[in-house]
Amino acid sequence: MNQNVVMSVVLGISVVSAHAQGKLVMDGSTTVGPIAKAFAETYMRQNPGVNITVSESGSGNGAKALLNGTCDIANLSRHLKESEKKAMSEKGVKPVAHVVAFDALPVIVHPSNRVKGLTVDQIRDIYTGKITNWKEIGGGDQRIVVISRDTNSGTFETFKELVLGNDSKIVASAEYTGSNGGVRQRVQMTKGAIGYAGLGFVDRSVKALEVNGVVPSAESVIAKQYPISRELYMFTNGEPAADSLAAKLLSMSRTEKGREIIEEIGYVPVPGK
Amino acid sequence: MLLSPGERMRRRLAELAGRGVLFGITSVAALAVLAIIFFIARDALPFFTQVGAREFFLSTEWYPAHQPPRFGAAAIFAGSLLVTATAVLLAVPLGLFAALCMSDVLPFGVRQVLKPVIEMLAAIPSVVYGFFALTVVAPLMQNGGSWLPGQFEIASGVNALTASLILGVMALPTIVSVSEDALQAAGRELREGSYALGATRAETLFKVVIPASVSGLFSAVLLGVMRAMGETMVVWMASGNAAQIPRPWYNLLQPVRTLTATIAGDMGEADQMTGSAHYHVLFAMGLCLLLVSFACNLAGEWIVARQRKRLRGG
Repeated sequence: MNQNVVMSVVLGISVVSAHAQGKLVMDGSTTVGPIAKAFAETYMRQNPGVNITVSESGSGNGAKALLNGTCDIANLSRHLKESEKKAMSEKGVKPVAHVVAFDALPVIVHPSNRVKGLTVDQIRDIYTGKITNWKEIGGGDQRIVVISRDTNSGTFETFKELVLGNDSKIVASAEYTGSNGGVRQRVQMTKGAIGYAGLGFVDRSVKALEVNGVVPSAESVIAKQYPISRELYMFTNGEPAADSLAAKLLSMSRTEKGREIIEEIGYVPVPGK
Repeated sequence: MLLSPGERMRRRLAELAGRGVLFGITSVAALAVLAIIFFIARDALPFFTQVGAREFFLSTEWYPAHQPPRFGAAAIFAGSLLVTATAVLLAVPLGLFAALCMSDVLPFGVRQVLKPVIEMLAAIPSVVYGFFALTVVAPLMQNGGSWLPGQFEIASGVNALTASLILGVMALPTIVSVSEDALQAAGRELREGSYALGATRAETLFKVVIPASVSGLFSAVLLGVMRAMGETMVVWMASGNAAQIPRPWYNLLQPVRTLTATIAGDMGEADQMTGSAHYHVLFAMGLCLLLVSFACNLAGEWIVARQRKRLRGG
């Protein structure tokens, strides 16, 4: 009986505090970050007094934050790794994945590049250093400058998983850049460059290549035709209660407004209702 | 005045307490340094027992995210060395020359304007330098290749030279400011004595003022070296971060990766939760940086002490 009293007191406090504070902390991927920020802004405009903070420290750090309980929602541009799942189950954290959008990784080159498209195999050969000059694959006589995201990013993990495979190592001369915008900026400045970035970061200043003959676009991603595409996740510790702030924010990805936001940022909303 | 034994005791205790507090405050700084070394070494040592020093120092295979991971940091050490050395080679002559000009050549009014302007370079945040390198220096360098003799192609504007150039500029204010102070400290009497003996301005400068302030100049250079070696944000943004030894090794136009950039770039992924060797290897790198810094400092102290002895004796 004593225990019951304690329990109800604890529950009472937690319910009260959830309503009184209206606070939500999100952390993780720089790719999912823009969605989280736009959702947070929209929600806070509609519900003054609610405080949502969004940090972008990378998918790895997002998973770490969920593990350590320093965030309510972890934004990841990849699924959890086995090691992360293991660490979480050891700590009693129950990660629940929510797919909020699709993203594709277009492979981008300088606008002056003559090459129109590559196969996944050719892209792998470029990144592992087997192809080093654009003339080998139908371009001008120009050394290829390989640009990659840093190994801390979910974008890198996705590219590694979908293009490189587990046995290939990126050529040692490859440059590493700390953000998607950085990759685009390096590619638009560098004639011989090849890089990859989230669909939302590709604009007219760079040229997106066809991969295996498929143009990266919303349609080809939803149809699962474009080979280098992925799901974007928000992870919570356990399924959030229906009336919780986390649940409301997550459900935004299925609303009209949410889908509009996702499209505006340059990602592909989840199809369906 | 005679004091009662109780009174004497009280005064003595008060004095002891005062000393204790002062000693405590002073030792906070020393303890902080010791604590940093302790904690870095504690997390660095597991790497050497798990992977071993051989791969770390001798291999150039840096694939920490691969399965199985490889932790060859030789190329990263080479990258740090190359970028630091180039930055120092650029900044030291320029900085010392500027300091000489300001202290002994240029009119006083010019110095009063120049020195604050140069010192302002130190107030610019390093991420701003990095941004400048990425958006201004790198494109300039890429286009610059075409009007250099031989019209050779600079494939990537983000390379060892870009990083070194910016690091050199960042080290300048330290070098100029400290060495100018050292030259000033040589004093007016020394200069006037030299002129009185019939020495010209150039003779005074090179045979009297510079030898007299050489230890100060040396510390200026040393501080500049450490500034260049420890800088992180700029090299992360402007060096390209390719873990390779350029071919040939002095080819500054290829991207390189430095220790500081590797620690900053890999910290997020490399926690205890995912592969622990990747976590510890970054501490091993930090420890190496710390030890090099220490060695530089000790060598500096030793040279300065020797110089003082020589000046007193001679």
